[in-house]
Amino acid sequence: MEGAVVTTIGLRVVRGGRVVLDGLDLAVGPGVTGLLGPSGCGKSTLLRSIVGVQRVAGGSVTVLGEPAGSAPLRARVGYQTQSSSVYDDLTVAENLRFFARVLGRPAGSVEEAVSAVDLTAHRDHVVHRLSGGQRSRVGLAVALLGRPDLLVLDEPTVGLDPVLRRDLWALFHRVAASGTAVLVSSHVMDEAERCDELLLMREGRIIAQGTPSAIKERVGATDVESAFLALVERAGGAR
Amino acid sequence: MTPRITLAVAARVLTQLRRDHRTLAMLLVLPCLLQALLWWIFEATPLVFDRIGPALLAIFPFFVMFLVTSITTLRERSSGTLERLFTMPMGRLDLLGGYALAFGAVAALQAAIAATVALTLLDLDVRGPAVLLGVVGVADAVLGTALGLFVSAFARTEFQAVQFLPAVVVPQILLCGLLVPREDLPRVLEVVSDVMPLSWAVDAMEQLATTSSTGQVWRDIGVVAAFAVAALALGAATLRRRTE
Repeated sequence: MEGAVVTTIGLRVVRGGRVVLDGLDLAVGPGVTGLLGPSGCGKSTLLRSIVGVQRVAGGSVTVLGEPAGSAPLRARVGYQTQSSSVYDDLTVAENLRFFARVLGRPAGSVEEAVSAVDLTAHRDHVVHRLSGGQRSRVGLAVALLGRPDLLVLDEPTVGLDPVLRRDLWALFHRVAASGTAVLVSSHVMDEAERCDELLLMREGRIIAQGTPSAIKERVGATDVESAFLALVERAGGAR
Repeated sequence: MTPRITLAVAARVLTQLRRDHRTLAMLLVLPCLLQALLWWIFEATPLVFDRIGPALLAIFPFFVMFLVTSITTLRERSSGTLERLFTMPMGRLDLLGGYALAFGAVAALQAAIAATVALTLLDLDVRGPAVLLGVVGVADAVLGTALGLFVSAFARTEFQAVQFLPAVVVPQILLCGLLVPREDLPRVLEVVSDVMPLSWAVDAMEQLATTSSTGQVWRDIGVVAAFAVAALALGAATLRRRTE
C-alpha cells in the first residue's frame, strides 16, 4: 500500500505450539484503523508483533519504514496493552513523569497527556484507587506521552461507559488528525462505524479490509456485524 | 545503558517503596528487632551472640532484599509494565541497574541502622573498621536483589515467588556458618557452602568481628560482588523484549 504505516508480509506466529498467525499479509495506512474480530482471533498477537514484543516465527513486520521493535521506533510508537500497564501504587502524575523520563520527553508533556484523557482532577490520586475506566485512561495517557507517529491500542474501550467511549473515539480522531496513525482493536462490532478503515479478523486471518461503508456494500449488509457474518459464510462458514 | 533512564527507574522504585510503609518497616526496622530478639535469647551466654551477631548482619539484608525484589519484579512482569517499557527506549541494563541502585541505597541505610544498633545497644564486639560492616551489607543486599530478580522469571504468581525463599535462601542460611562454623561441617556440606554466596558475606562479617586486618574481608566482598554480577547477568538473560 502506498504510504503504509505498518506492513506485514507472511507474518507467522506460534504460541504454545498453536499457530496463531499463518502467513499474514497486511498494510495499514494513516487515520484511525479498527482491528475487529472475536476474542482469541489473534488481534493482540498481531498488535504485539507490530510493537515488537511478540516472538515471531517467520515473515516480516515493517513499521514506519523500520523493522518492528527496532531501536529507532521505540520513541515513535505508543502502545497500550489490554491491562492498563501502569504502576498501581503511584499517582497518575508520578506514573506519567516516570514514563516521560524514560521516553526523554519534557515535563510539560505530562500535563498535556493528563488533560488529553481528561484526568486532570485525578492527577495526584494513587492509581489503585481509581475506577477501571480511569485506570485504563492512565494507560492511554502513557501511550500518548511521546507524541508517537503510531498509536497501537489493544481494546482500549472495553467495559467503558458509553459516554466515555464516545469521548475516547473523539480523542483517537483528534490524535489521528494531528498526523498520528491510530490502530485500535476491539471485539465489539458496533465500534466499527467509528473507524476510518477496518480490518476484520477471524481465526488468524484478515477476512476483509476497507472503509466501513465499502465493506457493508460489498456484501449488501446494513451493519458491519451482518457484513462480518456474510463474509464468514461466503468463505465456507464456521469450520 | 542510558543514565537518564537508569536513574528514572531507581527513583520510581524508591517512590513506590516510600508509599508502602509496611515494606519499608520490614526493610529497615525488622532486621534490628530480630537482632535484638537473638541478643535477648542469648542474654545468659553473650559469647554466643558475639559469634552469631556478625552473621546476622549478613543474613538479614540478603533475606529481605531477595524477598522484596522477587515480588516487585514479578509484578513488573505480570502487570504489563515490563512489556510497555520494552516498547520504549528501555535497555535491560537500565532496568536492572535502576533496581540495583534503588535497593542498594535502601540496603546502605539498612546496614547503617542495623550495624549501629548492634554495636551500640547490643554491645556487639567488632575489631575491624565499622564502616566495612556497611560495605559488606550493601554488597550482600545487592546480591539478594540480583538473585530475587533472577528467580522472579521462574514464578508465575506471587505465591510461587515466595516459595523460592525456603528453596533458595534457607539452605544458604543453614550452611553459612550460623549454626556450625563452616570448617566443622561434614566435608561435602563444606564444599557446598563454599559455592553459596551468602557464606562469603558471613565470612566477611566474621572476619571483621575477629581481626582488625581487612585483606580477607576485601577478598570476601569481591566474591560476593562477583556472585551479584553473575546473578544480574542471569537476570538480564531472563528479561526478554520479545516473549511468546
